[in-house]
Amino acid sequence: MHRLSAGAKMSGALLLIGAIITVPLRFGWFFLLAFGGLITAARVSRVPARFLVRRLLFLEPFVAGVAVLSLLREGGWIVFAGIVVRSTLSLATILLLTNTTSFSTMLEVLRKLRISPTFITILALMYRYLFVLVDEMERMQRARMSRSFTKGDRRLWRLLSTTIGELFVRSSERAERIYAAMCARGWQ
Amino acid sequence: MHIPDGFLDTKTVIATSALSVAGVAVALRHFKAEDQPRKIPLLGLTAAFVFASQMLNFPVAGGTSGHLIGAVLTAILLGPSAAVIVITSVLVVQCFLFADGGVSALGANVFNMALVAPLVGYAIYAAMHKVYSGIRGTIVAASFASWCSAVIASVCCTGELALSGTVPWSTAFVAMTGVHALIGIGEGLITALVLAALHATRPELLRAEDESGRPGDAKTFVLYGLLVVIGLLLFVVPFASPLPDGLERVAKDLGFDYTAAKHPALPAPFGAYRFPGIAGGAASAVVSGIVGVVAVFALSVGLSFVLFPRGGKTVQQKP
Repeated sequence: MHRLSAGAKMSGALLLIGAIITVPLRFGWFFLLAFGGLITAARVSRVPARFLVRRLLFLEPFVAGVAVLSLLREGGWIVFAGIVVRSTLSLATILLLTNTTSFSTMLEVLRKLRISPTFITILALMYRYLFVLVDEMERMQRARMSRSFTKGDRRLWRLLSTTIGELFVRSSERAERIYAAMCARGWQ
Repeated sequence: MHIPDGFLDTKTVIATSALSVAGVAVALRHFKAEDQPRKIPLLGLTAAFVFASQMLNFPVAGGTSGHLIGAVLTAILLGPSAAVIVITSVLVVQCFLFADGGVSALGANVFNMALVAPLVGYAIYAAMHKVYSGIRGTIVAASFASWCSAVIASVCCTGELALSGTVPWSTAFVAMTGVHALIGIGEGLITALVLAALHATRPELLRAEDESGRPGDAKTFVLYGLLVVIGLLLFVVPFASPLPDGLERVAKDLGFDYTAAKHPALPAPFGAYRFPGIAGGAASAVVSGIVGVVAVFALSVGLSFVLFPRGGKTVQQKP
């Protein structure tokens, strides 16, 4: 499963999600089949079941929050059940895909599909520096907390936005350095 | 506001995907024509920055918390086309890497948060900034435009859900727009405070965009407007129209009136509102909407006076 070509996995996942959201609910066997297929795929790819279930449970409240609104209409129970089944199956599909395929191979597939190279470069750079910036932000928060004694509500907004502003300054400076480094290595 | 999979039906998925692919294509074309390749790393880093700052939660009334969308902030700092690309990248990564927002709903999420929010927000910002310039004008325009962008994006989201027959328009509208009117206040406050902080530490970052950040290309501007208007016509106008038969009319015109037959509950709210409710219901909704907008505008003006009590001349004084 990990070694299958990324293109095959991505198109398979997209087809499955497409089917999950279009097949009418009265074909209950289809959803059972999809469920069985996903469990088999998870087994084969040896993604830990506990991990998958935990991620699903973590994401489910967002689904339920909006889905509850559908209960307010007549016959809402069917709509509600449909939403929960469909979104859970789709979520499981995406979780399986992302846990067996690396982001850069997915980008490689997009490149072959002739998606704009500018956009792919931006995505790749974003992925590369995502965790760097998140770490940087956490460092800034820690530095601030170790220097200030109070955590007063009054200054919360000011602190939050100076952190965000400083993070933007640092990321744009980093972008300048990255561009210089890319040029130095003969990019474009 | 990230719509998961399973909430949208096929026609909504196709319509939103087509609109957002077109919008992102326009943005990429505009970006390539206008900007140097040196801006590519900046966009990638800004996307990572928006993602990181979306992890900082701020408190909203009632114990819940919201986070920044950052659409208007990015549009002000880098220009509207760059903002479309940046927020789209954020949504793509959130969808495929963190399963936040569905794959089939990616088009809808891109349309709401990466097209409507930055473009409408930036249009409001630019129009207001023309009238009221200086740093105080920036603060007023930015906070007001951010609030509008959050609310308009949530209205589009409601429209897409209602068009799919997932949730009834009236209840979803109250829930979604009510929540986002509150979250939008936080969004506006943070956007304004971030701009104020940048103005204090690195004013050149703001001024550089005052000169080059405008949608210079008229064709791009027209295309953006067209896409947003088509989206609003499809997702919002059928439900928000005060005409009793608005939904049926539009549905018939666009050739998907079969949904009305398939989901008989969809036009039902109008049936309920038509006779005793329409005058009172629609009028009170409009009045409360206007009161809300005026209140938020007053808050924005107040904020600018709190932040810059000595007037908006500071930008011009700096060399």
